[in-house]
Amino acid sequence: MRYGMAIDTTKCVGCSDCVVACQTENNVPHGYCRDWIVENVAGSYPNVEIELRSERCNHCENSPCVRCCPTGASHIVEGGIIMVTHNECIGCGACIESCPYDARYSHPEGYVDKCTFCQHRLEKGQNTACVEVCPTKCLHFGDLDDPYSDVSIALKNRKWKVLAPEAGTKPQLFFLT
Amino acid sequence: MKTRRDFIKISAAGAGAAAIGLSAINWNGIGKAQASGSQHPVSEEEMTSFPTYCEVCFWKCAGWTYVDRNNNIRKIIGNKEDPHCSGRLCPRGTGGVGMYTDNDRLKTPLIRETVNGKQGFRKASWSEALDLVASKMKEVAEDYGPESFALFNHGAPGAHFKHLLHAYGSENEGEPAWAQCRGPREVGFSATFGSWIGSPEPTDIRDTDCLVLIGSHLGENMHNGQVQEVSTAIDRNATIITVDPRLSTIASKSKYWLPIKPATDMALLLSWIHVLIYEDIYDKKYVEKYAMGFEQLKDHVKNMTPEWAYGITTIQPDVIRKTAREMANASPAAIVHPGRHVVWYGDDSQRERAIAILNALLGSWGKRGGFYFKESITVPKYPHPEYPHAHWTWKDNLDGKYPLSAMGITTELLKASIPEFEYKHPIKAWLVAGTNLPLTIPDKELFQTAVQSVEFLAVVDTMPMDITSYADVILPECTYLERYDTIRSAPHREPNIALRMPAVEPKYETKPSWWIAKQLGERLGLGAYFDYDDYTEVLDWQLKKLGTSLEEMQKIGIKKFDRQSGPLYLADDEDYTFNTNSGKIELYSTEFEDHGFDPMPKFTQHPEPEEGFYRLIYGRAPMHTFSRTSNNPNLYDLMNENAVWVNPKVAELWDLKTGQMVWLQNQDGVISTFPIKVRITERIRWDSVYMVHGFGHANKKLTRTYGRGASDAKLITNIMTDPMMGGSGMRGNFVTFLTTDPGKEDNI
Repeated sequence: MRYGMAIDTTKCVGCSDCVVACQTENNVPHGYCRDWIVENVAGSYPNVEIELRSERCNHCENSPCVRCCPTGASHIVEGGIIMVTHNECIGCGACIESCPYDARYSHPEGYVDKCTFCQHRLEKGQNTACVEVCPTKCLHFGDLDDPYSDVSIALKNRKWKVLAPEAGTKPQLFFLT
Repeated sequence: MKTRRDFIKISAAGAGAAAIGLSAINWNGIGKAQASGSQHPVSEEEMTSFPTYCEVCFWKCAGWTYVDRNNNIRKIIGNKEDPHCSGRLCPRGTGGVGMYTDNDRLKTPLIRETVNGKQGFRKASWSEALDLVASKMKEVAEDYGPESFALFNHGAPGAHFKHLLHAYGSENEGEPAWAQCRGPREVGFSATFGSWIGSPEPTDIRDTDCLVLIGSHLGENMHNGQVQEVSTAIDRNATIITVDPRLSTIASKSKYWLPIKPATDMALLLSWIHVLIYEDIYDKKYVEKYAMGFEQLKDHVKNMTPEWAYGITTIQPDVIRKTAREMANASPAAIVHPGRHVVWYGDDSQRERAIAILNALLGSWGKRGGFYFKESITVPKYPHPEYPHAHWTWKDNLDGKYPLSAMGITTELLKASIPEFEYKHPIKAWLVAGTNLPLTIPDKELFQTAVQSVEFLAVVDTMPMDITSYADVILPECTYLERYDTIRSAPHREPNIALRMPAVEPKYETKPSWWIAKQLGERLGLGAYFDYDDYTEVLDWQLKKLGTSLEEMQKIGIKKFDRQSGPLYLADDEDYTFNTNSGKIELYSTEFEDHGFDPMPKFTQHPEPEEGFYRLIYGRAPMHTFSRTSNNPNLYDLMNENAVWVNPKVAELWDLKTGQMVWLQNQDGVISTFPIKVRITERIRWDSVYMVHGFGHANKKLTRTYGRGASDAKLITNIMTDPMMGGSGMRGNFVTFLTTDPGKEDNI
């Protein structure tokens, strides 16, 4: 089993519902976030294009954050989800530096925090909070090893890209274009 | 190609602030956080959920409020049965938690007092505050008659205070929803199809093949169900045509973006009508069966060719023809969207008429993929004595002006409050509930003069909005998460009702509006109109009449009913009578003609900016509603100020940099109270600037949002009033940049 997410940039309106739903679901303190929106504008008026996308931890298969963690707090669990054990984290920030996606932040209580793919919900057979709330249904999630999962179907039928492929981290977030 | 590091991380995307890299999100843990102990998520089994419908905007999506064992509201999740949201709230609904947790909330009743010549507010008990409001209402009734007491309202509190006002003997109520928002489209569509659009709009977007948006920025205006249906339409490969001088989010997802010269939409609409008729691609069968006035219309638009429109709109004739054909190909599954905030240039009812006529030619009214026939549940009225007769209403002040105004015109109520206008029937005191007039009503001087003129002002709100600083008495309402309210019975495909119930006890000393209205009523000797101890009695009585009960609704939150009015759509060739003078769809409006207005829409040239000035265009961000959410801690996190969007060519001319603070000055010399950040972007035309509405709050008690960004409302001083319905056309204002601090202004 290998969890992954596909984000449909042709439908994302950048509303940030995923951000606030994650904050309330995971009790992320005000002023911080585990997911965010990127807007990229290209061209010049009136030949302009916008790409909007919801981003979060890429749960990389080849994850520098796990490799560089001195205490083992950052680790990989079933399905390829990268987790941080808060009480094992000394807050050194090495993982934050190593992440090519800027996906981690220092929690005010002294540990590093990031997206968990809502593992506590997956365990109960629920979807992640961001996927569940997205008004445009532009987030597709599931098991990449299952050809019938929502994410596998989306990737099979559409063109997609990953971010920062040159980092060689084998990210598990895919952006449908 | 930019590298990823050049992208802008908007913890929070959306518009302005975000995109210029000024996210509120603190990536290095510098700021103070309000962490509440453990960060562990709480599983839903450990929480209790209560049904509600959202009050963060007018879409009123139904959801569930989740409360943990310590009585903390943890999250709000959409109700899957609700056609307004299909289980998915928008960011504002999800962030509605912040309405409850905001420490800046109004906490106790407050009464204005003067100590040593200095005015301020002191805390008061409910009984003292209510006694004072009731005594003032009695005074007004005795001195001038109850009609001189006006209500300004928005949202759920309105129903409770309207009931109080009517029992008291006044019908002078106004909400910005009419004259500052959607009035013109109701007038335009009513004249054509004999029906209002209403809310939510009965646009059948999920099944449409062609959606045309005239300045409507769906996705930035997060009208939830509609945005969800647009997403479905994108999946179905529907053609989207967006007309906007700004590359809005939806424009970027459209097959055709028409970057129109602002203020010229009417010419484009008329040329589309011309193409449909003169290329013979309109829905002939539909028009012959249901419409009248076709020949007059054909003659009327004879010379309104795409070439004519090109010279006005800057849209190429071939693009006008191509897009008209796209609509015709999709007909009748085509929607030319009426929009929502449509008070732009003063000829707005006529522009909406042009939009309605286009829909008629496309045969889309009453057709799948066009406009469906909506239906709603009529909630029975809880018994009360007959209301006393109001001897005059705002209409009696108009002397024949604005004959098609169907709801109170806020600006007329303001004028009636100013003695210098010498209105026949003056307004002497106000109750304001749930609307922040200073940031809502353009023409600041009108508001300021009116608010200073009235003898008494009571404000009901959950937050210390700008309006509260003008109040004599402030009555703190609890949030929607802490109260019962009226039953939601908005029209939709399937008629339905939704219940709002409290998830927790009201915080502080706040109270629900139904309670405040009842308390005032009793003090005014109107107890018979409030014949219940608790609002649950009213709800249970009404719900039982509807075949359910409070107990059942507390479990399900939303209930759907079978349609009684017939199918969603017209059958082929079905006979149908429209609620117009002629019983037909009126391409030639006899109603307009009867009132002395053009029976068919004409193009009017609107003012242009002078050199060095840019047309002020404003709009919405998906994470905010009006000016009411900018202090919400969750939503502030997503977007904490607005920015002024400037085309790079203009920025070069003025030597502006992204992130630079500027003040804006309008054509009448009015300067923004606060500076605003510049966002240089190719998304906006060179003759216009854009900003998100709802920022630039001047009340320091809004500790987060105070002084952040600028208020568009303050810069809108040229009002182009719609002669048909009194709408405040706001898009004829032009601003220039001041790069140095113009100095403090007293008048904020």
